Amino acid sequence: MDQFTLNLIVVGASFALYVGIAIWARAGSTSEFYAANRGVNPIVNGAATAADWMSAASFISMAGLIAFVGYGNSSFLMGWTGGYVMLALLLAPYLRKFGRYTVPEFIGDRFYSQTARVVAVICLLVISITYVIGQMTGAGVAFSRFLEVSNTTGLLIASTVVFIYAVLGGMKGITYTQLAQYCVLIVAYTIPAVFISLQLTGQFLPQVGLFATHAESGLPLLAKLDQVLMELGFQDYTGMHGSYFNMFLFTMSLMIGTAGLPHVIIRFFTVPKVADARKSAGWALVFIALLYTVAPAVGAMARLNIITTIYPVTTETGALDLDQPLAYADQPTWMQNWETTGLLKFEDKNGDGLIQYYNAANPEFAAIAEARGWEGNEMVTFNQDILVLANPEIAQLPGWVIALIAAGGLAAALSTAAGLLLAISSAISHDLLKSTLMPSISEKGELLAARVAMAFAIALATWLGLNPPGFAAQVVALAFGLAAATLFPAIMMGIFSKRMNTEGAVAGMLAGLFATVAYIFTYLGIFFVPGTALLENTPDNWIAGISPLSFGTVGALINFIVAYAVMSMTKEPPEEIQELVESIRVPRGAAGAVDH
Amino acid sequence: MADKSSADAYWKANLRIIYICMSIWALVSFGFGIVFRPFLQGIPVGGADLGFWFAQQGSILVFIALIFFYTWYMNRLDREHGVDEE
Repeated sequence: MDQFTLNLIVVGASFALYVGIAIWARAGSTSEFYAANRGVNPIVNGAATAADWMSAASFISMAGLIAFVGYGNSSFLMGWTGGYVMLALLLAPYLRKFGRYTVPEFIGDRFYSQTARVVAVICLLVISITYVIGQMTGAGVAFSRFLEVSNTTGLLIASTVVFIYAVLGGMKGITYTQLAQYCVLIVAYTIPAVFISLQLTGQFLPQVGLFATHAESGLPLLAKLDQVLMELGFQDYTGMHGSYFNMFLFTMSLMIGTAGLPHVIIRFFTVPKVADARKSAGWALVFIALLYTVAPAVGAMARLNIITTIYPVTTETGALDLDQPLAYADQPTWMQNWETTGLLKFEDKNGDGLIQYYNAANPEFAAIAEARGWEGNEMVTFNQDILVLANPEIAQLPGWVIALIAAGGLAAALSTAAGLLLAISSAISHDLLKSTLMPSISEKGELLAARVAMAFAIALATWLGLNPPGFAAQVVALAFGLAAATLFPAIMMGIFSKRMNTEGAVAGMLAGLFATVAYIFTYLGIFFVPGTALLENTPDNWIAGISPLSFGTVGALINFIVAYAVMSMTKEPPEEIQELVESIRVPRGAAGAVDH
Repeated sequence: MADKSSADAYWKANLRIIYICMSIWALVSFGFGIVFRPFLQGIPVGGADLGFWFAQQGSILVFIALIFFYTWYMNRLDREHGVDEE
């Protein structure tokens, strides 16, 4: 059986499973549609949250980001997991006790203000829509590579599948589909990693293999990687090459941003009890950690594998033999496969028929290269996103593992897209229509509106996926920055400060929103339009050396400071709001909040 | 619902355990993983050092332990103060 047929069978079977689950778990009421009737077991909810959270970025991009930078990009690992500690301790149990459906609903009720609610809806829409674009493009790429269809066809298939199970099933359908998607994606991610760890270190667990001995050289794997990288003029993998200050701020921004993402927060509305909300966050992190602790091993091992593929011979001292690199004629098939996609590209610059791969930007090494008659680094393109997708091919694993990776990447993208679409549709139907524009709408009408809003959101996301704005990385930074600077501080103050009032919360959210948008637009362009940036995006121009990507932490601080300053000058919230705060702080009585 | 003074005592105890857990959370990630890494340089862990291990593995494991510890502790606290869910 050829690879294409295998891909079709594995991906097709996984889709049939998702659609089957959606039909089984159809939503009949708004409570089922928004919060799965609060009947989801905390472990199931944890797995669904993990699938919801782990997007195309976690599955496809993260290992590559770590592989090509090393220690400095540990921020992604700590930031995207540490946020769950904040969620479990600071937000989730109280929001579950509050017992409503959406994040803007909490902000609107707690701060007794429609203005606060509408500001929260706007933040939520900006955050979620920017996030959806990335998922749709990710799914489109995976389809076109593995099913050999055009990018457009791939995107349309992806939209149709999401449409069927998200619109039909609501949160109930999405939750059980995400459980299945989690299983697909974690199996797909782990199997190649285990095989590669066994090949390189003889260790079964990649988490152990990363710190074990490299079987071939007898050196620790990371020491070997540092050594070969420096022989080629690259920076060592385990060393620190940026500023500690920015790494600190960036990690913090990712943490606060994670805790403030609405599509993650609403997952904790679906569990039966307050105690389950705490437990569910713990299980979510267990399921996330299964992938996140494997990712750095995948990154380091793939980087080493690529280098030893290009320089297969070592000298007597154990160094790479730079005189005997891989010949173009002997390229393994995975290189040829990926070269046809354009994501990997070689160019025989000096015409010697051999591949030279080194850091041409390092002046010291460039001199050595010149003396050897090399005319530049010949691996001219290596798109970091292909690292995970090509991993099974690099390790020469059987065809069904490659097909599984395709299904896993799609599961990661589709599960996140579905969670985001639910957050968008509930904000529109529940927060804008039901509570602001058409308060008299019936439950049936609201359910219909939620489904129509979701269909529109899918259409918009598909259109944006077909016409990508070409600034995906920047937009994601904006999404995290805004979540950190607006929603997280507002929710946290709503719970932990009884005295916080409308004026303080709204002023804080607006200050956080404008400061973050202004800082990001200053360096990345107004609405990301190229050429409109006021200052060039270089460390010299940044205020106090703060990168626009790390600004979420500062935005959150501004939010807190402004909110407390305004609060101290305005009158305290009414008695019943202070009682509400007291009641969400204790778990007792949460079951009653289900029926309202 | 429990009476007011009991609810206040419960909230105070909750804040205390949150401070403790969040301090550990910051120590293992921002501390061991980033800021204090130069001081951990001398403790080797398989080809790297302890700071590297905390940044790429250890902090995540501690995060999981923290959440489950907090869950266990709070369930006990809920019962002690009579605010657990029936």
